[in-house]
Amino acid sequence: MAVTNPAGPTMGDPDNTGRFGRFGGRYVPETLVPACAELEAAFKEAWSDQGFRDEFEETLREYGGRPSPMTECHNLSKELGFRILLKREDLNHTGSHKINNVLGQALLAKRMGKTRLVAETGAGQHGVASATAAALLGMECIVYMGEVDVKRQALNVFRMQLLGTEVRTAMSGSRTLKDAVNEAMRYWVASVETTHYCLGSVMGPHPYPWMVREFHTVIGNEAREQCAKLLGDSNPVPDVVVACVGGGSNAAGIFSGFADTDAEMVGVEPAGGAAVGRQVPGVVHGSLSYLMQDEFGQVQEAHSVSAGLDYPGVGPEHAHLADIGRARYESVTDTEVLDAFQLLSRSEGIIPALEPAHGLAWMVKAKDELAGKTVLLNLSGRGDKDVAQVQAILDGDPEALSTMRP
Amino acid sequence: MISLEEHLLELRASGRKLLLPYVTGGYPVDEWPRLIEGFASAGADAMEIGIPFSDPVMDGPTIQEASSIALANGSNPQMVLDAVSGADPGVPLVAMTYYNLCYRMGHKRFASSLVKAGMSGAILPDLPLEEAGEWATEADEAGIATVMLAAPTADDARLEKVCERARGFVYGVGLVGITGERAELSKSALSIAKRLKNLTDKPVIIGIGISNPEQAAEVCEVADGVVVASAIIRRMLDGGSTDEAIEFVAALRAGLDSV
Ligand SMILES: Cc1ncc(COP(=O)(O)O)c(C=O)c1O
Repeated sequence: MAVTNPAGPTMGDPDNTGRFGRFGGRYVPETLVPACAELEAAFKEAWSDQGFRDEFEETLREYGGRPSPMTECHNLSKELGFRILLKREDLNHTGSHKINNVLGQALLAKRMGKTRLVAETGAGQHGVASATAAALLGMECIVYMGEVDVKRQALNVFRMQLLGTEVRTAMSGSRTLKDAVNEAMRYWVASVETTHYCLGSVMGPHPYPWMVREFHTVIGNEAREQCAKLLGDSNPVPDVVVACVGGGSNAAGIFSGFADTDAEMVGVEPAGGAAVGRQVPGVVHGSLSYLMQDEFGQVQEAHSVSAGLDYPGVGPEHAHLADIGRARYESVTDTEVLDAFQLLSRSEGIIPALEPAHGLAWMVKAKDELAGKTVLLNLSGRGDKDVAQVQAILDGDPEALSTMRP
Repeated sequence: MISLEEHLLELRASGRKLLLPYVTGGYPVDEWPRLIEGFASAGADAMEIGIPFSDPVMDGPTIQEASSIALANGSNPQMVLDAVSGADPGVPLVAMTYYNLCYRMGHKRFASSLVKAGMSGAILPDLPLEEAGEWATEADEAGIATVMLAAPTADDARLEKVCERARGFVYGVGLVGITGERAELSKSALSIAKRLKNLTDKPVIIGIGISNPEQAAEVCEVADGVVVASAIIRRMLDGGSTDEAIEFVAALRAGLDSV
């Protein structure tokens, strides 16, 4: 089993308790422990099997549309005063980075003999990706989605249904992503023998944070090569790599390609969901990480205009990267995000999802610091799903405005 | 403070089947503390006191609802423990909550707060064997029994380790699922009880899904006792009074005494 070598590579394997530094672990009901152990063993076995790797890569290529391109933003670079590159995860099948992880997990679940996937979703992107993989591989799929998100992402609910998935509304707590995770975990506790929990980010109990990151390393690996090509031999690595952070999967994917370079890595959280920013450790959904909570340890509700980042926790590896100072975490407000959303649309003809618009919003805010540098942003998804919500906000619709915190 | 394990073993030796009803700390909002003495006098042998947590992943809709009502009305761990320390039920009380509340308070402080409130044990359903070490050591030192859950999905080798680490009693998970009432006793309730009885001399108490006196009696053909939670709380959520909840506990007692 892998054991963390403190002097070893950043973003290497977790230790044999599933920890990155002091974060991570496997805090799940006893009923789920054997399933987590089984998944860990199956993942390790598959990930070191060239046959599985080939199948995964082929599926990403032939079905997922990889590699995703890298786009240089000439107009916006001029406007902001630094060189901007986008890793175009928005151009993947189903419109976001989420498909990488989901295809990996669905192939693995199938290999393990599971017949059903259960998943949680916030924005609906992970739910749509899960529904898609289930359709492709002939598996059943159930997706839990908070009631608030069902409303603001109605189009994705219908997409999942079209794909043959049963969407269940999570009515407890804040009725957003956190509660969808609770419901998916409860469902998994009761169906663990036949069902694989297809978790959508680098969170949850070991091996999820590690496994999900591994399925997304394709983002960082491609980006590293593309940067080298674009930037040339003398300076093949961007100065700064930026990604939005909900649970942190797209960030983990792109960071993994640059962790061993001297590129600065910046994760951007929503101001109302800045778990790393608040620096208080806690345990929820299977791992120890930074967690928004009150003085007693009750988990607080996150607030973000973007359903995909509306989460009070963060993946344990990000807590570790923050701890050792390898990555830094910044936050932006909903208003700044809406401005960035419109800015990229207007200047480059690319409508981003609200989630990666957080990354761009920070870049706009930090433009003095970034002047003259080369900055790579992981454009984790496209904005189609958000257009109706943004329109309603810009039109001043009171209900849509109520999802905003200035 | 009464030692949980000794107390339960003594009762078991007298031929009694053990009844552990559950109380949500903070539901019904003002009246819940009276359930503690009420359940004791109705024949409870120990009791689980739930300290509500915002994200109870092992709980079904009934306990979730009671917890969220309690939280919405200001329940917090300190208030629950203060109220408990004022009760005098004459039977051991076991805190039932989720690990983050313990982690946030700090292991040492959480253990000493339980001691101060007169409690004897703790159940943390999201703290499995591999993660329980630090807390359990601290709890042992303070004299708080860390009850471990034993699930039907574990193999015997694992169950054996779980039994070894368990203090007070072994909590056999009666079904593959979360808390909540079921029309029939799950087959896995009897099979986990049998497996555990073969592995340990500690009290084997089955919980999750035990819904009425008949089911309680059925599982106690093998097990040493039962935990009953949702079936009690649901009666009050449906509009029943605390007296009716106490009467239901008396009925559970009668069911067990018929074994
Ligand atoms: C496009 C997009 N980016 C980012 C996220 C946030 O997830 P993560 O932080 O795991 O990348 C989501 C989640 O729904 C998303 O849809």
